[in-house]
Amino acid sequence: MSDTEDAQLRAEALESILVEQGLLTHAQVDEVIVRYNERVGPMNGARVVARAWVDPDFKASLLRDAASAIEPFEFDGGQVDKLVVVENTEAVHNVVVCTLCSCYPWALLGLPPKWYKDAPYRSRVVREPRAVLQEFGVTLAPSRKVQVWDSSAEVRYMVLPMRPQDTAGLTEEALAERVSRDAMIGVAEL
Amino acid sequence: MSRESGAGELDGALAPPMANGEVVFSEPWESRAFAMARQLCEAGLYSWDDFRAQLIAAIDAAPARPYFESFLTALEALLASRALVTTAALDDRADQLAARPHGHDH
Repeated sequence: MSDTEDAQLRAEALESILVEQGLLTHAQVDEVIVRYNERVGPMNGARVVARAWVDPDFKASLLRDAASAIEPFEFDGGQVDKLVVVENTEAVHNVVVCTLCSCYPWALLGLPPKWYKDAPYRSRVVREPRAVLQEFGVTLAPSRKVQVWDSSAEVRYMVLPMRPQDTAGLTEEALAERVSRDAMIGVAEL
Repeated sequence: MSRESGAGELDGALAPPMANGEVVFSEPWESRAFAMARQLCEAGLYSWDDFRAQLIAAIDAAPARPYFESFLTALEALLASRALVTTAALDDRADQLAARPHGHDH
């Protein structure tokens, strides 16, 4: 038996004992995983987006040199040394992929979703981005250009979504709540 | 919030694997081990600093060992030191699971 199989068994054994002892439940473990995957990580990116929506100077510096612009946020996790933020406009919709593996600005967006790592998305979004976006529920006007950004170990991309029309007067914090992970990858609109 | 990113306040040498943006968790058990450690901490059984100290010791003891195997070893050691889950009980349960009929779907 390999060490990895051994570790897998021990993790399963540990969880079953802890559940029996009432120290945790399987559902709690599931919930922590979901929280780390879908909320805690992406919230960092959402705060950056919200700041860019309310602060034109910050937005300008973010689009110019994102890694420096986000330094004051003091995010943990690394992997944002060479971050490029690309802005969605009425003329251009941006979408991010890593065709080679699963490069991802995870200090900003948490752990990459499963589909991001899967071959179909990685290969198809480059060839037929409009069709892939359609499957995510994003229908783009024919006049709107689609720009696909291929992440790498050198450069990671994040999309700055357009601010929704109905958000006038919201605080920066409330705005951040409106920003989804998928919008920052470019497979959703807000 | 800024100190609560996905790494669970583990940075530098203690950070989970993330080179080239590769998946932090390469196997489901790794994410479950991570979530167990976080959940028991949030439930107040220990502080994250307690866990961090165990993780440092586990990594130091076997620097070449894969990260999440050290992570699990650290969690086991911490729970044993608090008399919450003994090593013997864990060994027994792991043996039972290993003895399941082949093809068991789990």
